[in-house]
Amino acid sequence: MVKDTSVTLGGIRLKNPVIPASGTFGFGFEMAESYDLNRLGAIVLKGTTLEPRFGNPTPRIAECPGGLLNAVGLQNPGIDALVSDIAPRVRNLCDTPLIANISGFSVDEYGICCEKADACDSIDIVEVNISCPNVHQGGMTFGTDPAAAAAVTRRARQATRKPLFIKLTPNVSDIVPIAKACEEEGADGLTLINTLPGMRIDIRRRKPVLANRTGGFSGPALFPIAVRFVNQAAAACRIPIIGCGGVSAAEDVIEMMMAGATAVQVGSANLRDPLACPTIIDALPALMEQLNIDKLEDIIGII
Amino acid sequence: MEKRIYTIAANTPVAPAVYRLELTSDGVPGLRAGQFVEVAVPGKYLRRPLSVSLSEPGRLTLLYKVVGGGTAALAAMEPGAELELLTGLGNGFDIEACREKALLIGGGIGVAPLPQLCRDLRAAGKQVWAILGFNTASELILRDELEALGATVHVATMDGSAGIRGLVTDALRQVRPDFDYYYVCGPMPMMRALYPLLPEAGEFSLEERMGCGTGLCFGCTIATIDGPKRICHDGPVFKKNMLPW
Repeated sequence: MVKDTSVTLGGIRLKNPVIPASGTFGFGFEMAESYDLNRLGAIVLKGTTLEPRFGNPTPRIAECPGGLLNAVGLQNPGIDALVSDIAPRVRNLCDTPLIANISGFSVDEYGICCEKADACDSIDIVEVNISCPNVHQGGMTFGTDPAAAAAVTRRARQATRKPLFIKLTPNVSDIVPIAKACEEEGADGLTLINTLPGMRIDIRRRKPVLANRTGGFSGPALFPIAVRFVNQAAAACRIPIIGCGGVSAAEDVIEMMMAGATAVQVGSANLRDPLACPTIIDALPALMEQLNIDKLEDIIGII
Repeated sequence: MEKRIYTIAANTPVAPAVYRLELTSDGVPGLRAGQFVEVAVPGKYLRRPLSVSLSEPGRLTLLYKVVGGGTAALAAMEPGAELELLTGLGNGFDIEACREKALLIGGGIGVAPLPQLCRDLRAAGKQVWAILGFNTASELILRDELEALGATVHVATMDGSAGIRGLVTDALRQVRPDFDYYYVCGPMPMMRALYPLLPEAGEFSLEERMGCGTGLCFGCTIATIDGPKRICHDGPVFKKNMLPW
């Protein structure tokens, strides 16, 4: 029997639930030489801010057991370049839904960026990142307080009629009030989770490995934490959730969806294996057969 | 970029902590000089970016230095074992940019990509001079290989135990090589010291700690005249006039 891997996010049909996560898929077009981007459920474009950013000094990467720390610091060419150049270029390469990922340092910056993304025909979904640990103001601070999360969501909601997802940080003691605040302010969905702040020290040089001292931890070691967050938020909210954090195999997609995710983002796995997403997608039908799943949407939140 | 399984044909030390890794895989085209590979190492999450010393169809020769747990695990691997590589990464050297006479400058393990560069330049009918810099004579590698490939090779060592005493910058001043284009690969301090001494027509192969090696993570970004660039994806080779040093 043909397996149905399609899912719906904010009214947009995805042929499968596998989406490369922001910051782990270049600008979006790099992999087009290696595989057909149409195979992907959707693509999240590189995190974008109002102004262009060089990002943090190097080293920006520190390896860890089960993953890595990154402190890229939102390197990006700015929202104007995203909407006028990058998104249209990726759109020319594929029909796959494109998700703009927006970061800001004030509520207004989020709003202006969302307005610009809203006006861009190449962009299908807006994901607002209130969870970046690698910038020294804004970013994650909006994601750790329900009132601040609500304020950003409200402003973003005013700015766009496209499906609006809010990407949340795991750096909180209770995700439920933050998730509910975003839902109440009109978010169409949530992405959980961003990276967990971490640090590594080079014991021979007696210095932090990262020039930024700290970075965001991601990778398979994060997976059980992400599953827990997704499950808690799914129990508290009615809007769809994109599960993100350590997803590396088709089994992880199924597990994340059983926890309550409607789709998943694949992050670090792309950095270890740039063909991770198509490999996972190809493995889904056989795994569904094994698990007696005909329609992937049937397992969303069964736990 | 291509992902492929290679078999280890040889993995042997050639200097203290430096290994030559010979890999074979059927039906693989060669790489451009100056391109690199990312090697999956047992027990490590990220791959290790390594220089390609020589490539030909079906065969790759890598040179690497053991600097941590990942390269130590690689050094422990035996012939016959399989490794998964991402190959064809980076832009590689611009062979065409040299009209007649090329100067190659390498320092430490940074000499690794010079043999193929030398071979390809010679195949294109160019003359090749090389200046190789090391701390001490025991670290000296690739002199014989480069001479066999037709290069005129000068060596500098910090302690004077082989060739000219001092840095490659000292050797450059003493040797006064005749060239119309140059290629530099080595540690960043060496390249920055060479930068003001060299004319406009030339290029530098840069290094930085990488995450993915395929342009996806923006971990290895440097500032250039043309804005931020990813060393793994837009480089590793940059023309001198791109570098705001």
